[in-house]
Amino acid sequence: MSDITADVAMTELADGLSEATEVVKGAFEIDRSKAVRFGGLLALALVFISLVGMPVGMDGRQILYWINPDVYVNHPDGQGLSLGYVALFLWPLLLGWAVGSEVVLEGMAATKRGAHDLVTGLVVGVIGGLGVSVLTMLLAWDREINPENGVPAYGMRDPLVNWNEDLYILLTFNRGWTFALWAWPLLAGLLAMFGAGLRLMSDPIRKAIVAALLAIVAVSIFQFLVDDLLGGLGETIADPGRLSNFFGDDPDAGRPNVDSVFDGLLDFVYAKTGGLRLQGVIFVGVVAAGLSLLGSYVTRGRVKAARQAYLDRPVAERTTSSAIGMVVIALALIILPFFTGKIVNELLANVGIFLLLALGLNIVVGLAGILDLGYVAFFAVGGYTTAVLTSAGRGESWPSWVPLFVTDDGEAVVGGWIIALVLVMIFAALTGLLIGAPVIRMRGDYLAIVTLGFGEIIRLLFLSDWLKGYFGGAQGITNIEGADFGFLGTVTGVNPRSVFYLVLFFSAIAIYVSWRLERSRLGRAWMAIREDESVAEAMGINTVNMKLMAFVVGAVLASFSGAIFSAKVGSIFPTSFLILVSIIILVVVIVGGMGNIMGVIAGSLVLIGVLGGPKQPGLLQEFSEYKLLIYGALLIWMMLKRPEGLVPNARRSRELHQEEFLQDAWLKGEVDTGDDEGEEGDAVATEVAPA
Amino acid sequence: MSERLLDIKKLSVTFGGLHALRDLDFHVDEGEIVGVIGPNGAGKTTFFNMISGMVTPTSGDILFEGESLIGLDPNQVTQRGIARTFQNVRLFANMTILENVMVSQHCRTKQGVWGALFNTPGFRREEREIREHAEKVLGFFGSRLVGYRLEQPASVLSYANRRRLEIARAMATKPRLILLDEPVAGMNPKESAELTDLIGKLRSEWGFTIVMIEHDMNVVRDVSDRVVCLDHGETLAQGSFEEVSTNPEVIEAYLGRPLEKQS
Repeated sequence: MSDITADVAMTELADGLSEATEVVKGAFEIDRSKAVRFGGLLALALVFISLVGMPVGMDGRQILYWINPDVYVNHPDGQGLSLGYVALFLWPLLLGWAVGSEVVLEGMAATKRGAHDLVTGLVVGVIGGLGVSVLTMLLAWDREINPENGVPAYGMRDPLVNWNEDLYILLTFNRGWTFALWAWPLLAGLLAMFGAGLRLMSDPIRKAIVAALLAIVAVSIFQFLVDDLLGGLGETIADPGRLSNFFGDDPDAGRPNVDSVFDGLLDFVYAKTGGLRLQGVIFVGVVAAGLSLLGSYVTRGRVKAARQAYLDRPVAERTTSSAIGMVVIALALIILPFFTGKIVNELLANVGIFLLLALGLNIVVGLAGILDLGYVAFFAVGGYTTAVLTSAGRGESWPSWVPLFVTDDGEAVVGGWIIALVLVMIFAALTGLLIGAPVIRMRGDYLAIVTLGFGEIIRLLFLSDWLKGYFGGAQGITNIEGADFGFLGTVTGVNPRSVFYLVLFFSAIAIYVSWRLERSRLGRAWMAIREDESVAEAMGINTVNMKLMAFVVGAVLASFSGAIFSAKVGSIFPTSFLILVSIIILVVVIVGGMGNIMGVIAGSLVLIGVLGGPKQPGLLQEFSEYKLLIYGALLIWMMLKRPEGLVPNARRSRELHQEEFLQDAWLKGEVDTGDDEGEEGDAVATEVAPA
Repeated sequence: MSERLLDIKKLSVTFGGLHALRDLDFHVDEGEIVGVIGPNGAGKTTFFNMISGMVTPTSGDILFEGESLIGLDPNQVTQRGIARTFQNVRLFANMTILENVMVSQHCRTKQGVWGALFNTPGFRREEREIREHAEKVLGFFGSRLVGYRLEQPASVLSYANRRRLEIARAMATKPRLILLDEPVAGMNPKESAELTDLIGKLRSEWGFTIVMIEHDMNVVRDVSDRVVCLDHGETLAQGSFEEVSTNPEVIEAYLGRPLEKQS
């Protein structure tokens, strides 16, 4: 008996062993070339980011700060995690995740996930980490300590600006290069393995983990915004009387100083010097993961069903509910600035100015398909025209009949800005016609290049000595008065809330204009021109006039933005209207989703609000130095992975994904496969069916 | 004889050294259906491009309703009342079927920015009329292009339906003369027979005059009042289908010359 049991046990053991060896063997059956390729990519990315100076530049910003949260230390000796380190640690995670991706085509079996994924991730991470180790070694080799004062010097500092002690300390974790030598491969390997491991988890778990990680980083990065919003809201809850100062500059003026009711929560989560406390990390992570799990298991199906039910309802009913939705959003936007501080309001005002520009460009590029790279010209015309009409500091050469809406004691004339705006509109439309007339006959690339040229010409005219008597040359025009609306208040840069309201009003106009025009005879003609210009012309559309009209509508919207800009900033210079502005607005439109109003709004919020405009800081002020790098990287990534933008226009994404769209339509039986299967086929089928 | 709707006199065009058309005389009377045939490269499509204003002739004149079309832009020609289809179907693929037909009424409508912005009664009326006309035109092809199809992008249509939509788009411009460039190319015999009927109806029900380039001789025979054969940019023969199709020069142009005559 016992022999038999032993035998069975032995065979079981043997089976178990062979299974185990299979698993172990399988674990090492990895796609070596892919792992090495991704590892090399990771190493390159890490070294590049380090040398660009991003980690050191962002080191001052704490993400996690859990050991000694109330003491600020520039280089954390294991006290927490700075944004600089996050900028490095992010990549092993991402590439570890990316290396497991595969394109599964129809009828192809997906590779089985398993231990080999983890090993691949580990390999990628270790190779990438070795790249940093080598970099650290080179730094150490080049590091010479001056015997006299003990200050380290670097020979390679000359070509490489960021080749310095700060980078050395950061990369070695201030523990000497031998530590970095093994720490980086280990750390990057583990991170990449974790990234790869995400693919092995079930969907809800993975989503929960990702949500927790993102929430922790976001809550920490946007500490300032959260502070500001919850602070303002909390103060209002504690002292509702604040709302009575609605039209004033400062909601707290003449009110007793109250503490926000959320102060306790904020102190619990955040360290005083910035960054999350350990308890904050746990709190935020658990809340985010919990919400995500809740979403996966409880609400998801219902949300989907509700959405479908909404979409199934007749269009007329949907219009009513969308109208209600719009009113709610509008009210929320009107109340919002009241809870936010000056800096967030300033930020929102900047977002609005660029949103207005982007909406205008969206009509030109997104609807009519005219790639205008000199769009900033109209922004400049709007800004300068307003400045000339509302600044006592305008050039000396203006004849006296050119109106100046400033009183003798240097105050803005009530309503002057509005009259100026009408003139601005006329002027911008004329400029649009003037530039458009020669340009618009061209197509495609030629048009883009010529508009680029005109954009620069306008700026150079404002800069020129020739017109210095009018526009002040490089000194620009200063002392621009704000927009005085009488009892409604005055809009100036000192009071960003008022700028926000002004910009909100004009954005609403721009959104309405885009929305109406898109669904009209003009919108259809623009779309036809975008699709095929020669056919559009053969179908009776006067393409030159239509394109010119798009150009002029875009110009007028941009000039509104310029008028608000000059009232807000109070002084304008030719350097405010660099070609970069055109490019950034275009990127906003492309990243947001060309041809889609919601997309353009999303694009402005993400790019201008978070990253910042050409000269305006965004929420992530640490990124401002690398703004253009991030813009560029984002643009490339979007073009490769999601060319239709963040919030795509249905039509446009159809255009870009024609194959997939047709495939879907075919599966749904919506593709027309010819007539014989259609009408006659059906007729035959009904005849045959009873038999 | 009724009034000459289209009268083309001594029309020539050269691309570099190539005479695409040479001293071509051609006319269409009100209410006629004229078939244009000829081997590949005979200049048929160039001929259409010239009437519709996409190519400017080197010399000669095109009179439509007694007025010259020379120097007009394609959109002005369409405005005058000449619509066309394209040999290689060129729809606005990402616009819906309804939009394709609505947009081609552009030159017959006039609402501008203000109407659209303030949703004026005039704007609403015009939009309604455009839509009604579009649906009427699409209804000409039976149930194929209407119903749920109206809101679908043109790209989902089958080849034959794309050709039909192109014709619908041309009809929607409210023309007097329609130029059809190989309307049945790529259709099966049943479909082309059906379209032949429809071309007849375009004249009888809608009152359009039609010039049609076609390679399918059955279609040309069934529907044309008169046939013109082009070769090397010149008129080889014209007359009834029987006359042209039995003309030895036409047969030669299509099939080459018999062996004994080649010496």
